[in-house]
Amino acid sequence: MKIHQLSVFLENKPGQMIGPCRLLAREGVDIRTLSLADTQQFGILRLIVSDWKSGAALLREAGYVVNVAEVVAVEVPDRPGGLFQVLEVFENSAVNIEYMYAFPFGRQDRAVLLFRFDQPDAAITLLQAAGMNVVEDVEVYNRIET
Amino acid sequence: MNEFWDTAPGCFHPASAPDYLPLPQMRELQLRRLQAVVRRAYDKVQLFRSRLEERGLRPECVRSLDDIVHLPFTVKTDLRDTYPFGLFASPMQEIVRLHASSGTTGKPIVVAYTKDDVEVWTSVMGRTLAACGLHKGDVIQNAYGYGLFTGGLGAHYGAEGLGATVIPISGGNTDRQIMVMRDFKVTAICCTPSYFIHLLDRASDLGVDIRDLSLKIGVFGAEPWTESMRRHIQAVSGIKAYDIYGLSEIIGPGVASECCCQNGLHVFEDHFFPEIVDPATGEPAPEGAEGELVLTALTKYAMPMIRYRTRDITALETEACGCGRTVRRIRRIGRRSDDMFIIRGINVFPSQIETALLTIEGTLPHYQIILTRHKGLDELEVQVEVTPEVFSDKVGSLEDLNARLMRALEQTLGLRAMVRLVGPRSIPRSEGKARRVIDRRNMQD
Repeated sequence: MKIHQLSVFLENKPGQMIGPCRLLAREGVDIRTLSLADTQQFGILRLIVSDWKSGAALLREAGYVVNVAEVVAVEVPDRPGGLFQVLEVFENSAVNIEYMYAFPFGRQDRAVLLFRFDQPDAAITLLQAAGMNVVEDVEVYNRIET
Repeated sequence: MNEFWDTAPGCFHPASAPDYLPLPQMRELQLRRLQAVVRRAYDKVQLFRSRLEERGLRPECVRSLDDIVHLPFTVKTDLRDTYPFGLFASPMQEIVRLHASSGTTGKPIVVAYTKDDVEVWTSVMGRTLAACGLHKGDVIQNAYGYGLFTGGLGAHYGAEGLGATVIPISGGNTDRQIMVMRDFKVTAICCTPSYFIHLLDRASDLGVDIRDLSLKIGVFGAEPWTESMRRHIQAVSGIKAYDIYGLSEIIGPGVASECCCQNGLHVFEDHFFPEIVDPATGEPAPEGAEGELVLTALTKYAMPMIRYRTRDITALETEACGCGRTVRRIRRIGRRSDDMFIIRGINVFPSQIETALLTIEGTLPHYQIILTRHKGLDELEVQVEVTPEVFSDKVGSLEDLNARLMRALEQTLGLRAMVRLVGPRSIPRSEGKARRVIDRRNMQD
């Protein structure tokens, strides 16, 4: 149910992004989606890749500090209110969203939202009880083309 | 043939016998040697002679060890000012070796040894290695630099004198160091502590676990390091890490060494007489108090060195050591009075910064201090490498780490320091002495 996300520490200065991306390109690891958090001093490059295990190993071997975190993917209709209906599920719960980002899913009318929850298991239970489509990791790693 | 001590546990070795001399005998020997070296310096070294005369003193004025406080100090600039041979007491025909320090500013300093001086050096360095638990049969990888620096040859002669096997690999080429360590079944390494940490990092990259090798002892010196670095080294590598002390001006390595108790460094007092003085006034410090170490080389022949100001800050421990040695100990030297920098009127030592950083779990000892000046105001930035243990995908966690580091620094230093988290391996690794402080204040407005 949970998706493995790689995070890479980068300093906030020119030329930092290219290193990890060059490495993944050369080794044929596909980036499904990414988000970049930035502060004045440093950045965190968060990646969902086609093969997280070899992606993490490659980056670590090259000397990057890599963190693997579990995020939850929810498929929603790509129209007004798609994100809102998911947020409603958590409106009165104790579950906190640490951060989130989104990407289109290869199907025209659908999008996938990626959430980093403080309590991922509780979040999944709530989502499923509300009838949300929590996407399996296989589906995210192997992009569905229909 | 093996003698019993070659395999005896603990750190006793016959070479170490003078370390156990009863105190009255030691003091008498020191006085005799002090009188002889003062006489020799007076007769042979112009600078020393004129300084004694300025004070209305003659060599006969030294009647007890306490009289040493009346003698003039020798400082590093005296060696520079008399470059290259001005402080030699022997003609070149009797000098068998010259070493020189790499001066960071201007001329280097040159030191000289007669044949007897080299023998003394060999014996005290042998006593150093014996105190660190080394015997005949040990295979010692000597990764101190060979050349003008005294570290390489000093450790080399000492190890051979002890009857151990020496691998004169010198510094650098870390991959080859690791290969040799494994293939030659090395039992001990001599190098700077920061280089050993670099070597551990590299070994881990190469998939070599030092704990699987036969290495058991590290003889570390030539730069100040801390108890936390020792804990890190011992935990990661499984070896015993010993601190040794020496300086070229006195003889090189072999002035003082830790023993199996790892609680202060025994000074080989029959050759090097220690005093502690107030670094500001030069007055003797109260017994047991911290101050600058002043050393007199009691037996140095080619280049007598009387009351040399080492700039190293320490204290003399007089209580008995568990190892049974009677020679006094100096406390581990964590700082030098000239490593100290002054920022906004506050004296700061790199070791204080290290202590603060190591209170936060997961910050490895890779850090660098950058001093800058903006609009006339000094700023202190400490760069700390991010490690997998402290890295998180959440910005908040890293900002919290940054804040905790800043708090720890502020508590230790009493001033505000900026902390910058930097990428792994972005701080240059040292192959010799770690360069901790980058002072850019003079290059700016």
